[in-house]
Amino acid sequence: MRKIHVSTKINGDPTEFLCEPDETLLDVLRDQLGMTGSKEGCGTGDCGACSVTVNGRLVCSCLVLGAEAEGAEVATIEGMAEGDQLHPLQRHFIENAALQCGICTPGILVAAKSLLEHNPDPTEEETRYWLAGNLCRCTGYDKIIRAVMAAGKEMREAS
Amino acid sequence: MRYHAPATLEDATQLLGSDLGDCRILAGGTDLLVRMRSGFAEPDNILDIKRIDGMRDITAEDGGWRLGAAVSGAEMGEHAGLTADWPGVVEAAGLIGSTQIQGRCTVVGNLCNASPAADSVPALVAARATARIAGPNGTRDIPVEDVPTGPGKTSLAKDEFVASVFLPARPDTSGDAYLRFIPRTEMDIAVVGCGLSLTLDGDGTCTDARVALGAVGPKVIIVEDAAKALMGTKVDEAALDALAAACSAAATPIADKRGTVEFRTHVSGVLAKRAAKIAASRAGA
Repeated sequence: MRKIHVSTKINGDPTEFLCEPDETLLDVLRDQLGMTGSKEGCGTGDCGACSVTVNGRLVCSCLVLGAEAEGAEVATIEGMAEGDQLHPLQRHFIENAALQCGICTPGILVAAKSLLEHNPDPTEEETRYWLAGNLCRCTGYDKIIRAVMAAGKEMREAS
Repeated sequence: MRYHAPATLEDATQLLGSDLGDCRILAGGTDLLVRMRSGFAEPDNILDIKRIDGMRDITAEDGGWRLGAAVSGAEMGEHAGLTADWPGVVEAAGLIGSTQIQGRCTVVGNLCNASPAADSVPALVAARATARIAGPNGTRDIPVEDVPTGPGKTSLAKDEFVASVFLPARPDTSGDAYLRFIPRTEMDIAVVGCGLSLTLDGDGTCTDARVALGAVGPKVIIVEDAAKALMGTKVDEAALDALAAACSAAATPIADKRGTVEFRTHVSGVLAKRAAKIAASRAGA
């Protein structure tokens, strides 16, 4: 297999990589670029642990080929905090104990950030539907939803 | 495996017609990549059509809308004009998968994947949508119901692919709806689906109707007797009962763990009735 050269932007940084034609964006992020925040849960788009945004659109990176990232802007969990400054969502996840084992957490944070960008003042129902593609087997979801609602409130008040 | 991302329809159909071996079309990838991952597909080539002009566009055309083959469900839902004209088609597409899947999945992929339970297909069929097929001799338009021929099978030749679907113009006093039954509230495969489009005249009499059932046969079933049951009526209870009976009579479901034959047959009529009420209210009844 001939490797494909891809130029892209990840969390604002111009990035280049070589990938196999059948290599997913998730595999490229984790195995080549050392960005292991995005997790592989199912590998078939069901669990959301690998959530990233591509050109501002929330997707499962396990269902995107690395080659498709050519010219795209990718955002991952690694770009969420600014230096030592946690994103309000990250802070509220800690304050609300919205995580236990943590495998689903990066994907849920990326998905929740995307929600608040699309809809800064979501209802609880909208929040639950938006995050329906992110599975968590520890928390029972309530604490996650509360954390997202609290972060949304803080972000609205700050803006 | 090789990855191709041509910039024109001509280059794409030429690649498909060449002797490179098995070649699969990639738009949203939400079926293809899952199949590859689970070993159901091992293509020699992948042809990514997203760099071809128009594939990602929703375009007004002759009073209707043309959807490029790579337009995602999320993009459809965010498009005010399309949602105003074809709410049933948009809501059917919006039922496919999670937010993440919506970011990539396409109605053309849903059509070409040829699952009998595809959500957007009954809605497209009810809308009398056409598919524009790109091939070695240019493009041709066919009704969307002629694309799938059975589970996982389409009528397309090896060197053809669907470049877009077109939702035609219809009178303002029209409405459409899609409903499906699933045993949970989100992210499941239709046990029965029903797409329905109708047009009313000035005094609320139905002048045109089209009813399509999903997941109760090897492909979408167009129920002409159900359309006839509505036409000439004011979509009253008697007409709705006749519509439901026609749909139940037309359903040819299998029994599996998601539903028995009896259940799916009955629910076909129930969903059609409910979809007709929604479509009629959208038409201004």
